[in-house]
Amino acid sequence: MSLTVDIEKTLGAFHLNVRFEAGNGVLSLLGASGCGKSMTLKCIAGIERPDRGRIVLSGVTLFDSEKHIDLPPQKRRVGYLFQQYALFPNMTVRQNIRCGVREREGADAVVDAIIRKMHLDGMEKLRPRQLSGGQQQRVALARILVNGPEVLLLDEPFSALDSHLRLELEQEVRAIIRDFGKPVLFVSHDREEVFRLTDSIAIMRDGGIETLGEKNAVFADPKTVNGAALTGCRNISRITPRGETRAYALDWGVELELGRPVGGAQYVGIRGHDIQPGDGENALRCRVAEAVENPFSVTLLLRPLDAIAPGALVYRTSKKHGAHASQALTVHMPHEFLLLLKE
Amino acid sequence: MDLFPLWNSLRIAGISTVIIFFVGIFAAYYIAKAPRAVKGVLDVILTLPLVLPPTVVGYLLLRVLGPKRVVGAWVLAAFGVKLTMTWWSAIFATTVVIFPLMYRTARGAFEAFDETLAWSGKTLGLSNTFIFWRIRMPACREGILAGTVLAFARALGEYGATSMIAGYTPGRTATISTTVYQLWRTDNDALAFRWVLVNVAISAVVLLAVNFLERRRTPRRGAA
Repeated sequence: MSLTVDIEKTLGAFHLNVRFEAGNGVLSLLGASGCGKSMTLKCIAGIERPDRGRIVLSGVTLFDSEKHIDLPPQKRRVGYLFQQYALFPNMTVRQNIRCGVREREGADAVVDAIIRKMHLDGMEKLRPRQLSGGQQQRVALARILVNGPEVLLLDEPFSALDSHLRLELEQEVRAIIRDFGKPVLFVSHDREEVFRLTDSIAIMRDGGIETLGEKNAVFADPKTVNGAALTGCRNISRITPRGETRAYALDWGVELELGRPVGGAQYVGIRGHDIQPGDGENALRCRVAEAVENPFSVTLLLRPLDAIAPGALVYRTSKKHGAHASQALTVHMPHEFLLLLKE
Repeated sequence: MDLFPLWNSLRIAGISTVIIFFVGIFAAYYIAKAPRAVKGVLDVILTLPLVLPPTVVGYLLLRVLGPKRVVGAWVLAAFGVKLTMTWWSAIFATTVVIFPLMYRTARGAFEAFDETLAWSGKTLGLSNTFIFWRIRMPACREGILAGTVLAFARALGEYGATSMIAGYTPGRTATISTTVYQLWRTDNDALAFRWVLVNVAISAVVLLAVNFLERRRTPRRGAA
C-alpha cells in the first residue's frame, strides 16, 4: 500500500507544488498555516482539483492530468478526518456512522461492531451537538473506519479539543493508526504532537516541501531556518564563515567552532535546552534580560554582551540555578548541538 | 359571501409557491457557488422584481405574453390557448414577484452552510443527491422554510401585476386583493371589509409561522 503525490496548483498568488511518496505508517505535513498542508489533503481527497500532476493510491490512479483521470471523491477511498469532524448535525450518532457504510448488506452489524469498538455504546441516539469534543472525534473516526479507506487524512485532529483531552485522544488515534496498516497523512502545526504520532515528517513552506525524512533525522537536522523554527528551535543567528569549520555568529557576537565544514550554511541554530551553563566550547557572555518562571523550570531571555546588534537567546534551564534578571551569565554551545541552516 | 376569491387566491399562491420553491432553490444553489462577478450580475437581475412596482412587472409580462406579443402569439397559434385573462394567468405574475424572496433567503441559507459537511459526505461515498437532500437541505431547513412562507404570503397579497395580466372577472379570475379593490370601487364597503379581515387573518397566521421558524433557528432542538 502506498500513496504517490506529485501535484501543482496555482490559486491567485499561491503556488502549491508538492511531491512525495507515503508508505504504510504516518507521514506528517508540518508547516505554518497557509503553507498548503490542507490544500494538499483536499487535492488527494478530490475536493480541490490540481492544475497538473498525478495522485496514485494503492495502485489506483486517482488523478492524472495527462491521462485526464479525475476520480470523484466518492470513488477515491480516502478517509478524511476534518478539523471540526464534520458530523451531520441532523442525524444521530448511529445514522452518522451508517452513512459511512458502503455495503447495504450487513450494514447494521458493521455499525454495531464499530460502536462497541469505539466505546460509543449508549450514544447511538444522540446528536453530534450533544456530544463532547472527544466523543465527536470518536464518532467521526468510526464513520471513516467503516468506510474502508485506503488512506487516512487527519487534518489538525486535536486542535478543537481541550488540552487535557488531547493526550487521551492522541492515545486512541495512535492505536487506530497502528491497526490501520495503510498510509496515514497527518497535518499539524504542533511539533510535539507530530513527533509523538509520526514516522516521517515533511516540512512545508509556501506551497512546497522543504525537507522530508524520518522524524528523528528531521529534528536532528532540519536543514532550513523554517524547518528549525517549526521543530521548535528558537535560537537562530546569521553567520559569516571564518575558515573551514568556524563561523562568526552575527546576532550572538561570537565565533563558533562548528565541528564540520560550513558548507553553504547561512545560519546557525541551537535549541533552548541544548545550551549549556558555564564556560566551555563556544562560550558566550550574556546578560539575563528576562527570567520567566515555568512550573518546573525557568526560561531565560539572554542578551549576548559582545554582539553589535544582539539578538536574544531563549534558554530553558533548571530552577535550582536561581538565575535572575540583569545578572551576567556565561553559557556555552557544544558544536554537536549546533544546527547548520540555509534560508 | 361567495368564497371563490379565497379559493382562487389560495390556489394561485399555492401553485406559484411550489414552482418557486424548486426554481428558487435551484437558482440559489448554483448562484451561491458561482464566481463573484457572475453572482453580482445575476443577483441584480434576479432581485429586480422585488423592487420594481408590480405594475411595471405586469406591463413587462404583457409585453411578452400578450396575445399579440412574441410568446403569447406563438402559444395562441400553436395550442389555441390564450395566456392572459384566465385564472392561472395570475401565476405568471405571482411567480415573478415572489421569486426573489425565495431565491434570496435560500441563498443566504446555502451560503451559511458548512461546506465541510458536503466534503465529508463525498469522501464517504455518498451521492451528490443524497448530500443535497439529506444533509444540505436539512441544515438549511429553517431558512428555506422561512423563504417559502414569505413567498406564499407575498403571492397571496399580489395585486398590481395580477390585475393587469388576469384582470378581474368575478367567479373566474377574482382574487382576494382584486375583489377588495373592486368592492371598494363599487361602494360595497361592508363586503370589502369582510375580505380585508380574511386577508389580515391569513397574513397574521403566516407571519406567526415565520416568527416561529425564526425562533427555532437559534437554539436547535434540545433533546433528540
